[in-house]
Amino acid sequence: MGAEIEVLQPGIFSAIQDLGRFGYQKFGVPQSGVMDRYAMRICNLILGNAEDSAVLEITLQGPHLKFQAPTAICISGADLSPQLNGHAKALNMVIEIKAGDILKFGKRISGFRSYIGILGGFRTETLMNSQSWYEGLTSEFRLKKGMKLYYDSQSRKASETYSTVKQETTYLADTNIEVYPGPEFDQLTLKQKEQLLEQQWTTDESSNRMAIQLKEDLKNEQKPIITAPVMPGTVQLTPSGKIIILMRDCQTTGGYPRILQLSEKGIQVLSQKIPGSRISFKKKDYPDF
Amino acid sequence: MKEFPEISPLGDRAILVDFKGKIGTDVLGKVLCYKKLLQNNSFKQKVEVINAYNSLLISYMSTIEDVYGEVLAVKELLREANIPKKRDYKIYQIPVCYDKEFGLDLEYISKEKKLAVEKIIELHTAPIYQVYFIGFLPGFLYLGGLDKKLEISRKETPRRSVEKGSVGIGENQTGIYPKNSPGGWQILGKSPVNLFDKNQDPPSPFSAGDRIKFIPISKEEFFSLEEEIENGNFKLEVENYGG
Repeated sequence: MGAEIEVLQPGIFSAIQDLGRFGYQKFGVPQSGVMDRYAMRICNLILGNAEDSAVLEITLQGPHLKFQAPTAICISGADLSPQLNGHAKALNMVIEIKAGDILKFGKRISGFRSYIGILGGFRTETLMNSQSWYEGLTSEFRLKKGMKLYYDSQSRKASETYSTVKQETTYLADTNIEVYPGPEFDQLTLKQKEQLLEQQWTTDESSNRMAIQLKEDLKNEQKPIITAPVMPGTVQLTPSGKIIILMRDCQTTGGYPRILQLSEKGIQVLSQKIPGSRISFKKKDYPDF
Repeated sequence: MKEFPEISPLGDRAILVDFKGKIGTDVLGKVLCYKKLLQNNSFKQKVEVINAYNSLLISYMSTIEDVYGEVLAVKELLREANIPKKRDYKIYQIPVCYDKEFGLDLEYISKEKKLAVEKIIELHTAPIYQVYFIGFLPGFLYLGGLDKKLEISRKETPRRSVEKGSVGIGENQTGIYPKNSPGGWQILGKSPVNLFDKNQDPPSPFSAGDRIKFIPISKEEFFSLEEEIENGNFKLEVENYGG
């Protein structure tokens, strides 16, 4: 049965996301998708959903949501103190929902982005093979007060047990970002390479789903490059020495030297850093060819 | 231009194919031939292949299990490629109105480049431009072939909002803004054509390798075309050429 969630409060920035759009980058459409793929996967697995079912990605301060009909949800990723009808709820566990239940969030305990999965996934607009919201493309790009989100109300049979899923949450506090050298890494001077990999860096307040900028500069005389493909996790160095780490909503091509490339683990860890966090890059190497 | 491109992993879920050379139609021909081969190849997981001027990116849906093996497989696939000397292409005609109401910087370009406005329009509509790729914004075409006489630097302070359809020049590039957006290019006209429509499949009529020609139109024609487009009665003029 189709049911709705009423958005009583939208939170700072909440959006429906899945693994993103694939097949439309050739038209200049960003990939989008959840910032932290690991957390999304965990909450879907715990619910017994398909791993790529759409989830609600919430940032720092969660929304207040009212459920119209029974279902089950699971919350994974950052601990933003979820409460159901005023009672604290644990992460990474199935939370049974009854008609009229209200989910709220409180203080941030760890991480930056939390994910709400729902039994069967959210039923929202699919555009270009994806439910991921993106400003200027999908009809909605952020949760708004009074908005409705749809799902199929279903109750699990008593005999069914939820799968136990091993998870680890230590990455939420990790400050090491796993990177590979980018295509223009070798154009950096030895001194620049050293500084890049040894210094601690601070994530800037201006950061969003498109890019995370770092506060400190890397002194630079690198010229722009011929416009070339980029992807989530590409680390660009601007002529003024700014370091920009592209995230899920990034453009498909760019003209700044690509000095590093985050691994998927690196993107996952960085996604959970609140603005102002101290991070360092931990370089991995490709196999020898 | 290198004969065979450098093929290397980019992070743990992509492979980059890079010619590292100058840009031009030669290298684009190779890039597009490789792109087709890669798109027709069956990979172990879903991939998407995009190209820019002289490189290609194969991005995988999830992390690649055996990066070493995967890179070798791509190398092998591309080594066997037979690059045709010529290829088929389409020329699309894109109507552009160069009236001063839309060509906000025509006068500035005229003064700066010491060219009459008529001459600017003539130089801008003469070439057959090559679509190298689509990037930056959904539907934004990277075009090659701008006349050197029209090269001009971007505005010192970008406009807060450039209207959808605006045709501009930035350094050696010319292009059309697919939607209202901030922008620093010098604007010389406006096209009523939709470059990106999310409700159409494909969302853009153009793809890398196509060619386009700008056709000057009057203000009256602009408004009547705009109406036709809105009513869904408009079809882009296109000619097919065998290689």
